[in-house]
Amino acid sequence: MTAPGVDGAVREKAAVTERRLHPVTPLRRAWAPVTVIIGWALHDPDQAQRQLTRLTTTTLLIALAVFVPAAALYGFLTWWFTHFAVTDTELRIRTGLLYRRAAHIRLERIQAVDVTQPLLARIAGVAKLKLDVIGADKKDELAFLGADEARTLRAELLARAAGFAPETAHEVGEAPAQELLRTPPGVLAVSLVLTGATWGTLAAALCVPPLIWLATDSVWTVLAVGLPLLGAAGASSVGRFVAEYDWTVAESPDGLRIDRGLLDRVHETVPPGRVQTVRIVEPLLWRRRGWVRVELDVAGSANSMLLPVAPREIAEAVIARVLPGVTVPPSLSRPPRRAGRCLPLWWRGYGIAVTDTVFASRHGLLRRRLALVPHAKVQSVRLAQGPWRRAWRLADVHVDTGANKTVTARLRDAEEAAELLRGQAERSRTGRRDARPDRWMAQP
Amino acid sequence: METGSRENPEAAGVEPAWTGLPPGLLRMRRWLLAVWLGLLTAATGVLLGVFAGPVWAAFALLPLALLTGGWVMVERNWRSWRYAERADDLLISRGVLWRELTVVPYGRMQLVEVTSGPVERHFGLASVQLHTAAAATDATIPGLDPVEAERLRDRLTELGQARSAGL
Repeated sequence: MTAPGVDGAVREKAAVTERRLHPVTPLRRAWAPVTVIIGWALHDPDQAQRQLTRLTTTTLLIALAVFVPAAALYGFLTWWFTHFAVTDTELRIRTGLLYRRAAHIRLERIQAVDVTQPLLARIAGVAKLKLDVIGADKKDELAFLGADEARTLRAELLARAAGFAPETAHEVGEAPAQELLRTPPGVLAVSLVLTGATWGTLAAALCVPPLIWLATDSVWTVLAVGLPLLGAAGASSVGRFVAEYDWTVAESPDGLRIDRGLLDRVHETVPPGRVQTVRIVEPLLWRRRGWVRVELDVAGSANSMLLPVAPREIAEAVIARVLPGVTVPPSLSRPPRRAGRCLPLWWRGYGIAVTDTVFASRHGLLRRRLALVPHAKVQSVRLAQGPWRRAWRLADVHVDTGANKTVTARLRDAEEAAELLRGQAERSRTGRRDARPDRWMAQP
Repeated sequence: METGSRENPEAAGVEPAWTGLPPGLLRMRRWLLAVWLGLLTAATGVLLGVFAGPVWAAFALLPLALLTGGWVMVERNWRSWRYAERADDLLISRGVLWRELTVVPYGRMQLVEVTSGPVERHFGLASVQLHTAAAATDATIPGLDPVEAERLRDRLTELGQARSAGL
């Protein structure tokens, strides 16, 4: 519509077959006006009731007769004008009714591929395919595709991204996966019970509304405060259980597979060499059981969980598969004793270790967090020292990674920090040499 | 004068060849400082003197004190800025009280930017900024000579291409 000439030229040049999304897709768009109205009614209930009583049956019918076909038409047209195609090196998405938008996503730069199936989509037998690319926004998702189509497309994208020959790429199929770990529902439930956040939100949801009732005597205020609090409590307990239910981590030549969810099923794939940092979180109440949670950072991706709960040894074994050749350092070196002058008590939680492959830094006293950065993923290293730190001959070393996360070794001895800075710059430079290529199956 | 540049945290190993900044940045910052605080001093003095009496006009000494303090601090800060091009990485060191030393391997550079605002251009200055995939990397060298800035940009780009490693 905007530039038909350019469009035509592109179509001529690219002899690729363009496909449309699953025909169920327009229905998703049809919900939009309905949700807007519901949102308005919830936001301002008094006003909504007054408006509703004023409406007659005829106006309602007319509104329905206008709104529903308009929404359906809009949904249909957006579906009609959305195309996607897979070429040898790119995934191309063309979309937009008035404002045209063409996204070309380079396959070797893919950081993760997710296939998600919300509950309704599961019933309809469709799935959403989402690609994480650095710097791209959320719009680059294909919703919806048929469930089987989404799976074959994922396999094809990964095969092409891995560097298989273009002719054979769509015949490679799903790479065989080997299951590493499956979280039993019982363990997940216990782990959530032993989490402070669950009880904190629940206590807030139970205590705050009665207090407000005593103070204001207004039902609406109590509801306005209580409902979001109840929602938060539900999300942090039941919601997390439902989302993390049946958490399965598997390994395949295409990378790491994470499958999860009770109602909404999510299948994530992180290709090899995309993990920037791994964090081992150890809440206070889990320590007696020896459980840990493992989080990971991938550039351009919002997903951050690797294992919701697992025994420490198993978690370390999984980490060794995620970051090849990495062992979690068993002992960490603490800051010198005078660090207590800068940060009383809490300095005891800090610690670092440097091995051949990773830079590891721990912080937190009650809830310990150990962050691991492979040397090959370090983007820059910084040494920072304020006046108070200098008085005590201490300094901080920041290690920046590509996922916009900074791992910091705090309160180190100044000379040790300078040594660390120089050594880390050297290691991060050389660490890249034996890293795998972007196209991980291509012959070097 | 005691500055951050003399005792540096890297002293233990091989000393890299540090380059300081040309005096243009110092001139520009002092000029900006003098203009703004001078205007503030004059405005406070005149307004308070006219509307509240000559005693109140003594408040004009406050910005004047800031001006003299700033005059010295700007120089110390300017002296603390320096950078070194090593074989495989760029070092940037800065700060007097809050010191920071940044190391960026050439292979990790995604983009090198040379910027120059109107005031900087008037003083014949340009800044070089390096971007890596990590947004936290804060590697900027301000107040360079435009010729030096362009030389640095070309050299960094060249080295970055030769050693490119990406993410």
